[in-house]
This record gives sequence, C-alpha cells and structure tokens, in this order.
Amino acid sequence: MEWANQLCENRQFGSKMTDSKYFTTTKKGEIFELKAELNSDKKEKKKEAVKKVIASMTVGKDVSALFPDVVNCMQTDNLELKKLVYLYLMNYAKSQPDMAIMAVNTFVKDCEDANPLIRALAVRTMGCIRVDKITEYLCEPLRKCLKDEDPYVRKTAAVCVAKLHDINAQLVEDQGFLDTLKDLISDSNPMVVANAVAALSEIAESHPNSNLLDLNPQSINKLLTALNECTEWGQIFILDCLANYTPRDDRESQSICERVTPRLSHANSAVVLSAVKVLMKFMEMLPKDLDYYSTLLKKLAPPLVTLLSAEPELQYVALRNINLIVQKRPEILKHEMKVFFVKYNDPIYVKLEKLDIMIRLASQANIAQVLAELKEYATEVDVDFVRKAVRAIGRCAIKVEQSAERCVSTLLDLIQTKVNYVVQEAIVVIKDIFRKYPNKYESVIATLCENLDSLDEPEARAAMIWIVGEYAERIDNADELLESFLEGFHDESTQVQLQLLTAIVKLFLKKPTETQELVQQVLSLATQDSDNPDLRDRGYIYWRLLSTDPVAAKEVVLAEKPLISEETDLIEPTLLEELICHIGTLASVYHKPPSAFVEGSRGVMHKRLPARTGSGESTESPDVGAAGGSAPEAAPSIIPSQGDLLGDLLNLDMAPPTTSGPPPPSTGMQMGGMDLLGGGLDSLLGGDIGGSPAMGAGFGAAPAVMPASLNAPVGGGLGDLFDLGGVGMPMGAYIPPKIVWLPAMKAKGLEISGTFARRAGVIQMELILTNKAMSVMTDFAIQFNRNSFGLAPAGPLQVLTPLGPNQTIEVSLPLSTVGPVMKMDPLNNLQVAVKNNIDVFYFSCQYPISMLFVEDGKMERQVFLATWKDIPNDNESQFQIKDCHLNSDAASSKLQGSNIFTIAKRTVEGQDMLYMSIKLSNGIWVLAELRVQAGNPNYTISLKCRAPEVSQCVFQCYEAVLKN
Amino acid sequence: MIGGLFIYNHKGEVLISRVYRDDIGRNAVDAFRVNVIHARQQVRSPVTNIARTSFFHVKRSNIWLAVVTKQNVNAAMVFEFLYKMCDVMASYFGKISEENIKNNFVLIYELLDEILDFGYPQNSETGSLKTFITQQGIKGQTKEEQSQITSQVTGQIGWRREGIKYRRNELFLDVLESVNLLMSPQGQVLSAHVSGRVVMKSYLSGMPECKFGMNDKIIIDKAGKGGVTNEAGKSTSGKQSIAIDDCTFNQCVRLSKFDSERSISFIPPDGEYELMRYRTTKDIILPFRVIPLVREVGRTKLEVKVVIKSNFKPSLLAQKIEVRIPTPLNTSGVQVICMKGKAKYKASENAIVWKIKRMAGMKESQISAEIELLPTNDKKKWARPPISMNFEVPFAPSGLKVRYLKVFESKLNYSDHDVIKWVRYIGRSGIYETRC
Repeated sequence: MEWANQLCENRQFGSKMTDSKYFTTTKKGEIFELKAELNSDKKEKKKEAVKKVIASMTVGKDVSALFPDVVNCMQTDNLELKKLVYLYLMNYAKSQPDMAIMAVNTFVKDCEDANPLIRALAVRTMGCIRVDKITEYLCEPLRKCLKDEDPYVRKTAAVCVAKLHDINAQLVEDQGFLDTLKDLISDSNPMVVANAVAALSEIAESHPNSNLLDLNPQSINKLLTALNECTEWGQIFILDCLANYTPRDDRESQSICERVTPRLSHANSAVVLSAVKVLMKFMEMLPKDLDYYSTLLKKLAPPLVTLLSAEPELQYVALRNINLIVQKRPEILKHEMKVFFVKYNDPIYVKLEKLDIMIRLASQANIAQVLAELKEYATEVDVDFVRKAVRAIGRCAIKVEQSAERCVSTLLDLIQTKVNYVVQEAIVVIKDIFRKYPNKYESVIATLCENLDSLDEPEARAAMIWIVGEYAERIDNADELLESFLEGFHDESTQVQLQLLTAIVKLFLKKPTETQELVQQVLSLATQDSDNPDLRDRGYIYWRLLSTDPVAAKEVVLAEKPLISEETDLIEPTLLEELICHIGTLASVYHKPPSAFVEGSRGVMHKRLPARTGSGESTESPDVGAAGGSAPEAAPSIIPSQGDLLGDLLNLDMAPPTTSGPPPPSTGMQMGGMDLLGGGLDSLLGGDIGGSPAMGAGFGAAPAVMPASLNAPVGGGLGDLFDLGGVGMPMGAYIPPKIVWLPAMKAKGLEISGTFARRAGVIQMELILTNKAMSVMTDFAIQFNRNSFGLAPAGPLQVLTPLGPNQTIEVSLPLSTVGPVMKMDPLNNLQVAVKNNIDVFYFSCQYPISMLFVEDGKMERQVFLATWKDIPNDNESQFQIKDCHLNSDAASSKLQGSNIFTIAKRTVEGQDMLYMSIKLSNGIWVLAELRVQAGNPNYTISLKCRAPEVSQCVFQCYEAVLKN
Repeated sequence: MIGGLFIYNHKGEVLISRVYRDDIGRNAVDAFRVNVIHARQQVRSPVTNIARTSFFHVKRSNIWLAVVTKQNVNAAMVFEFLYKMCDVMASYFGKISEENIKNNFVLIYELLDEILDFGYPQNSETGSLKTFITQQGIKGQTKEEQSQITSQVTGQIGWRREGIKYRRNELFLDVLESVNLLMSPQGQVLSAHVSGRVVMKSYLSGMPECKFGMNDKIIIDKAGKGGVTNEAGKSTSGKQSIAIDDCTFNQCVRLSKFDSERSISFIPPDGEYELMRYRTTKDIILPFRVIPLVREVGRTKLEVKVVIKSNFKPSLLAQKIEVRIPTPLNTSGVQVICMKGKAKYKASENAIVWKIKRMAGMKESQISAEIELLPTNDKKKWARPPISMNFEVPFAPSGLKVRYLKVFESKLNYSDHDVIKWVRYIGRSGIYETRC
C-alpha cells in the first residue's frame, strides 16, 4: 500500500523532473528573454518563465527589473502561478513600492474570492508586503477576514495582525485590530485560538507594560481547553503564553499544573519542554510540603530523560535546558546519572553538554561510576572533549571529598601519558585541588615540575607558576624555575605575567635572602618595561608594600586563601531564574538573557519566577531564592567570578581574601629601586629572625605555649591572650587558662580555643567554638591523633545547634585514656582534627600532664621508700622552681588538689622536705622530693620515675600549679 | 519567531531561500555559508550565533537546512519544525537530495508558504497538506470540498479526513524496539535501555475510535487489584508486565485521558504513522553478550578474541548479525579465523567486520584475529573504541506485549471483530557496545 502511494507520487512529480534546469541559466540577455516569455500568450510558457524568475531570485540574482511583467501574470486562476507571483512580490515590493501598487486591486479582489484558500492566501501575502500604500489597503480586507466564516481564513488573519503591527503598530491600534484579536481567543476553532495567542504574545512583547494579553483565570481556562485540541505547534504557542501568567495563589497554580502535565507525554519535544517551563515556573508557588509538589517533581524526570533519545540537535537543546534545571532543582534528576553517559558516536556538542551535566550530578553515591567514565573519556580523540573530561576529574575531586585521592591519582596517570594538552589541563585542575585541600597532595609537585617545559598554554603556565610560588618553601629550586619563566617575560600573556609577578613576590617573602635580585628584576620588568596597566599597577603596589611594610606585605600576599567553591561555573541565581522562565528558547541554549542577543525592544523585559504566595493557612514568607534548597547556604562561600579589584590584587588571581585590606601606607613613601632594600627590607628580614617587635610578639611568645603549632603565623594579638588567664580554682585541680588553639584564619572562620581540666576524676577538654565566618557551621566532629597517653574522646562532640555567624559555643568533651598510644614529642602534645560542614581542620595543643594524675596516687610510705631506692639514680632529674612564695603546707595542699599527694614531710635545717607521689592514668608512678626553704622563693624539686621522659612534663605541672 | 529558512547544497549554494521577517537580510544567507558550511573546523554546535543573528541547522545527506532568526525563538520548536519539514518533503518527493530539491523547488516554496506563516509553524500534517497542495491547481473543487479542506487543516482532527472508505478494514501493528547497551570489558552493564516505537498502518473506514492496550505494569497492577485476589494479580504482573519509564504519543492520542486513566485512545491517521514511543530500562533481555579479549603482543602485534553468546529462546532466530571490531590506525595486516559467518578486515573503516546471517538462541560463536601493526613514533595511545554490534531479533527485548487494539466505528456498519489485525515484534540493536 505504501509502495503504491510512493509510486503514485513519483508519477505525479515525474513530469517535473526537469525543473532543475531553471537553476542552470546564466547566459547573457537572460532578463530580456524572460521578459518576452512572461508576456507570452501561452499560459504554460508564462508559468515556466515565472519559475525561472523565482529560481534566479533564489540564487541571489537581481530580477527586480522584471517587476511589471511578473505582476502582470498575477491575474490568473492558476493557483500555482499565483503563488509564484506572490512570492516574487514579497521579495521585491519593497524595492519597487510604486509598482507594487499595481497589485493592490488583485489582492483586494482575491480577499473576496469564494474559495477560502484564495482569500487566506491574499491576506497572508498582503501582510508580507511592507509598502505603506499596500498596508493602507490591507485594513478593510483584514477586518473582514478576521470575522470570516471559514476558520482557515481567520487563523491566517490572526497572524496577519501581527505582521501589520510589525509594519505599523499605530495603525493596528487605531483600527481596533487588537480587540478583534483578543476576541479570537474565545474562537471555537483551536487553531484560530493558537494563532491569536501567538500574535498577541508577540505584540505584547514590544509593549512590555501594556496589559494586552490580559490573562485572567477565565482566559487561562479557555487556553487550557484549546491546548487539548490544537496542533502540536499551537500547543507550543499556548504553553509559551501560559508561562507568562502568574497565578493568583497556589491552588490556581496547582490546577494549571495538573492540566499541563499530560503534555509531558507529547511526541513533540518542544511541547514537552514548554510544558516543563510552565511547570518549573508554577511549581515555585506550591508549598513544598504538599503531596502534589513531590508528585510533580517525580513526573518531570522521565520526560526529560526521554528528550535524550531525540535527534542530536534536539538533544543539544534539551541538554542545555537540563543543565539549567539541574542547577535550579537538583533533586529532579539526581538518580539519572547513567543517561548522561557519553556514547561513542554522540556528536561532539552532545558529548560536551553531557559531561557538564555529569559533573553537576556527581555525588558521593555515584562518584566511582562517574570517575570510571571520565577516565575512559580522557583517552578519546577529540581534543576539546578530552580536555573537558580531564577538567571534570578535577572538579569531581573538589566536589566530592571522598574521591579526591582517587581523582589525583587518575590525574597523575594522565600526566604520565605525556599527551601535551592532557598534561596542561591536568595541571590547571591540580592547582584547584591544592587550593581545596591544602597540605594534602603536595607530594605530587615533583611530578608536575617534570612537565614544566611542555606547557605552552597560558592557563597551564599560570597554574604551574602559581603552584611554584605557593609552595616555594618546599621546592628546592623554586627560584630557578621561576627565573626560567622570567627570560621571556614580555612574550608571555598577561595572565602568566601577573602570576609570575605574584609568585616571585611570594617566593621573596618566603626566602628573602636568596631572591632579592629576582624580585627586583620582576618588579622592574612589570613596572618599567611593560605597558600593560594591570601589570604595572600590581607591580607598583607590591613594590610599595614591600618597601613600606614588609610584615604587612607578608600578611597580604601570603594570606590564607578562602575556600574554593565546589561549583565553579554555576549560573548566577537571578540569571538562572530568568533563564528558567525561558526554557526551550534560544536564551536557554545560550544561557544568556534575551536582551544579550536580541536587538530592539523585544525581549528586554526580564522575566522572573513568581514568589510563593499561599492562599490558605500555610503562608510562608516568599522564598524565591531559597527554593532550590541547597543554594543559599553555600552562597557566602562562593567566590565571585569577577572579584573586586582589591581581591584580585591581593589574592593572586584566585579569589578575594578574608583578611582586611592592606594597612594604610605610611607617609613619605618613596619609589625607587634602592628603597626596596632600605628600612622596609631590613625589618622584613628582622621579622623572620625574631628581631622585629611586631613579629617578635607573635613568634617569640608562641613557642613556649604551643611549640607544635610553630608553623601557624600567630598574630601579635596572641600575646594578649596569655594575660587573660582564667581564674584557677585555688584548692581544686589546676586548670590552665584557655588559649587559642585554632585561629579563625586557619580554619575558614572557625576559631577554637580551649583548655583541659580534670573534674571529679574525669578528664575534660573544654572548648570554645566561635564562628567568625559568614555562613552557618554545622556537623561538628572531633578526632585525636594517637598520643602518648592514649587520650581519646569518650563521646561525640556535642554541638547540637548549628553555629551561626558570630556565635560562640562552649562545649566540654569528656576524654578517656584508652585510645591508641604513640609517643609524641613533646610528650604532652595532642594532635586534633575538627570537622564541620565546611572542611576538616587540624591543630595541635598541649595538655598539662596533671590531667592524668589519678585520685588514688597516694603511695604507702614503705612502698615509697622501697620504690625510691629501687629507681636508679640516672632516672632522677632535678629542677628549680623560681619565685614561689608559698610555704610548704600551702604548697602541699595546693598540689593535693591536682592529685599530687604528700606522703611525708621532713624538716632539716629549716628546709622542708616534702615527699610526694603521683600516679598517671597509665599506671606510671612518679615520686618527688620538694625542698622548700623558708624565705627562699626558689624551690628545688627532684623527680624519680621509671619512665624519666615524663619528668619534664611533671615539672611543668608543678610550676603551673604552684604559681597559679 | 523563525525569520527565514534556507536550503543549501554541500558546496553552500542556495537551493531554497524563504525570508519571513524583515529583520533578516540577504547577507544572512552568506553569513551561514561562510561561517558554518565553509568553516574550517568541524561544526561544534547546531546553533550558531553570527553577528546577533542565530542560525539553526540540520543536515540530511549533504543538504543543509538552516533556520535563521534574530529573536528569542523557541529553539526546540525550530528543530522539531526542521525535522517535520524534512518529513513532509520526503513524503512528497522521496529522498532529500540536491536533485530532488531542484526538481521540486516550486512545490517547496508552496509548502513553505503554507506550513510557516510569519515564521509561525502552521499545519504540517502531510495527510491534510496533500489534499490541497498538489501542484495540480485546485480549480475543480466544489465549495463543499473547499470547506472540507479548510476545516480539516484547522480542525481538531487535522490528521484525518472524513469519508475514508476501505472494502477490507485492516490494521498492522509493528512493535519496533532498539536495544542499547554499554558494557564494560568485564561484562558489567554500564547502561542499557530500550527505546521502542509502536508503528501502526491503519486502513480503516470512517472515523474509528481506537483503544490500544499493552502489558504496562501500572495498568496490569491496577487491574490486578480490582480483580479477584491480590495474589492472582501479583502472579500475572510478575513476569507478564513491564515497567515503562516514559512514553510519548502521536498527537492523535488523547493525552489527558492517558494522564488520568492511563488508557491510550485515539482516532488514527490514515495509513502509516507512529502511534507511540517508549523507553524502558528494567528487566531488559539483552539478546547478545560480547566477550572481548585484546592482548598487545609487543608494539607491533595485537591479538583479539571475541566471543558472542545469544541469549534468547533456542527456537528463535536472530538475523543480520554484524560485529564490528575496531583496529588501530597503523594496522598493516589482519588475519582472522571465525567459527561461523564471514569476517573481513576493512582498512577504510579501521575495523574487522564479522557478519553472521542467522543465529539461534542460546548459541555461542567466536572470532580470533591477529593484527599486525606498523611501528609508529606516535606517542598517543590508541583509544580502543568499543566493539559494536548489529542484529535483528523477532521479539521485543523490553518484554512489551500488545494486549489488544479495539476499533469502534459507530456510524459505519463494521465492528471490532471485522477488522483484520496483524502484530509483529522486531528488536534491533541500537547502540550496542562493549568496551574492550
């Protein structure tokens, strides 16, 4: 049957197998010949001639000279010929307006024709002729046609109003066509309704503030009815129009959604996408606790997935839109990762888009699969795709912490392939991984440095330079490496130049002695030999900073960098909202608002998602932005892509710093090469050695208390804290004052200070957590490294409520001594890891060993004597406690509070000898002899212990207890 | 909306150019040719923006169809329209080739005038278009005929004309599935899905109401609950029914009815059309399993062994089996031994192509090949493209079964029993790949 049809058609068009000849004529005098043919008496010849004219027109030849002759052929009852002439008219009428008038009569006559197809054809064509005089004549026929009895004519007339509006908007208004058009929305024929909607929507776009479409529940109802009956294209017009409506409340919103969801099963992808747009928009208004809300979410996933089995071009449009939907409502497709796996034969544009969505959907649950796929892709042929796959691996590392290690090793494997662009791409992403997980993967730096020579792309070079500068202290030949880049400084791109400048300044601040020459060289290259203003400005600022206040320079240039955001290319929320309102359209393909690519007044109006306004009892505050759920929490930590200038400058192209700006420059600042090595430099060098007062306060004082955290650039302010000593309980156990263990700048805004106490036989770690960041902190947890006495948390860290910005919370954590043991240096050092929703932070602190003195540490006298003798004299250590003004009894009772028990007291020659015993939680006994001489503020203490290592700590305890 | 439509040949010469909007100038034709058709690099996107003008294109053999616009047009609609335009042209004059387009350019202009108005797609149903765009003129029509045409073009049932008569009422249903697979070298299914189509050829008189039923899990479960006992319901739905992830329907199907009752009812177009498309991902019968073994022997030799196993009823026969084993670009020679069928190394396609005409279910066959390689200094590793497979099996890999297709035509005197119905299942390979 089908074959028969085909045969039939072939026969039907067989006669025209020669039409292609019209495309071949290129001889001279052609126009003249055509003219003669057009004026021929024979109909067939005329028709052939018009065909030739149209063919010439198509290929771009100017056949406007034939205008009068072609128009003469218009008066015909041969519809085919008529259509050809009309086609010609539409093309050339504008260039020959005077002659176009000749056609008017025929048009007007045709508009009265008995055949509806001819009436429609006439009104359709007239609307396409942009000549004022014709337009005037169009009004009357159009008015008639809008009310024609035949729906075919009415639907054509509806579109014609939009055409006329495009030519002369005023005329349309004056003639009252808009009202007639509005009436057509209630037409009985669905196609008329659809075209009227399309025309009105287009006209409304150029009058953003007119209430032309006047959508109200009644008209919406009409549209929804027509939606079920009209053609696929009509459904698109209606859905696109519906998307502009804002329902009055959530009930109306829901009822519209219910009537739109069946469209998700339409075979036409555009109908599906437009329906998705309406649903995504109206969903904003539904309360989230509504059952229907979750039903709707579930209904959206399958049709979106189905779009991926469409033709590749449509897949592309669908994927660009899914990219938006995934950002707005990640929950819809979170379980559909597999459908975005790239197929070998997908066109490249589909592959790239799929990859993007894969990364957005990557989570701890599916990361293994995703990584396996990405690794596969990184070996493909297409360079862009491979690059993007490598980049994706890096993004996975940043997004899913658990996978970071595997990602890094995958990247290293890829670097080993030595494929140039793979190596470069890998280095760019490894830089970001370093930023996200500082002090974790630096061991790979050596491998990276091996590939230095193969880097020829600015981004990779800049990344490598950043790495060298950032880890200058760990790379032995950092100066040589950077110097090698300096040779071709002026041939580098700006990105590389800026990075090189910063990296060398960093290097200088870290290794000032060896790199003076280098830094001078780069500063002069940047400031004197470059005409790039950005580079020059940065050069000058570094120069001034270094010469004025090198300490400040250090604080600024080596400042802690804020955390890097997981999603680096999220669309900005307001733009995302606008784009959601444009699902299915070009704007959603470009990911740009229409105003960015549409000229004139159209599309300038910014669309927004509706705010949620409840009709019933459940009125919540409108939370448009928060609708996505996860977005707002992360917001403060996201690095703006175009950072402010200051941030850009200080933070070395990466991100703005959390610290405040540079200190105000001192007066009398001078510029010049020599100045650099003047006073400023001296104090810089001094600072490092410990001579500078500002640095001295920090570095000099710190080691006494927390030697383990020497690396921490403790600010000068820390010194003050030592004076703040908490009030110890005079007779109870000694509790050292709380000190800052983890400064906020080291821990992304989390500050931890604390101390240890022994209360009623239980060791407590007492912590003060302060949130100095902008975002809420939750999910706190704590862990200890193995330590000398097996200290371990006896329970979880009890931070039940989230810690808001500028909030402080005190917690005490009971500790047990049954954890794993490892000898630490110093003995009482404790390494702690604290985790919260942002990151994991490490610090170390020292606990007073007196925390470990148990309550049953009082030894029998005999045992004491025997033990004392038994312990070899080599194990005895003697210490002096200076400036202690207590008498022996007071000292004894004070020590008892800390479980240091006096067993016997002897007075020899006015000198009190106190014999004491201490038992540590791990069963080690410490025996002590304290000699106190009346009037002498200096005590002598001898400690004897089978494990002499503890003596030093025990002595510190004595000192601390007695002096407080 | 759509500003214009151009059709080019492979050289970039314009075959058809129709501009609907004033903001599109003649230079747009050239812009697309220069920036896309003649572009040095491969086209990276089907949507291109050149000087604030957007171009959408699709390619059919070596013909380029491009839509141009300066507005924020519905992009999905544009592509759907382009595909539809291709369908319409194909149904009028067959293959879309330069020659056919040149031979039918007047017809194409006439079609473009009808199916796009001011850039808005109008009626694009070939069924109704053919009633009045015939290239024969419409002189002879009576007034009744004319209004019948216009009411069909604009009406609710634009896809079917009134007054169709057949002596023999007959319908054919084809369940056509393509089964897609991506398998890891270790035999783990990375992704698998079936995309199926139900294609109907209807030769029915009048305006028949049809109702289509299949073993959709949701329907069967519903029926099971309402039926005798829950137990019985479960036993029938156990293997008999399938879970359909999603389906889309021809515009003749009443979607709101499907949404509320999940029943598929419609008045069919006359002749052949696609009733529905569906997708399933659960419990797919994978008709073949490919087990690859690639061994690199030094730098100049590869040993490849591939076993295929058929996994369906032994009484059924798979046909047109083809296994494509990719070979490296620097292959100098290949020796193949296969147990069944014919295998050949095709240098131009960089692959060994192994063809087997027929293979019954639960069988196994094997091919082994030695690939000689030319030594190269190319550092880049061979990407090892996946082994792909083609086949055709006489069942639906998704497990879909047609339960009924009922026809009601109240006005004419034939009943459901009088209609001769045919059902056929064909499962084909889609992208059926095993990584090696």
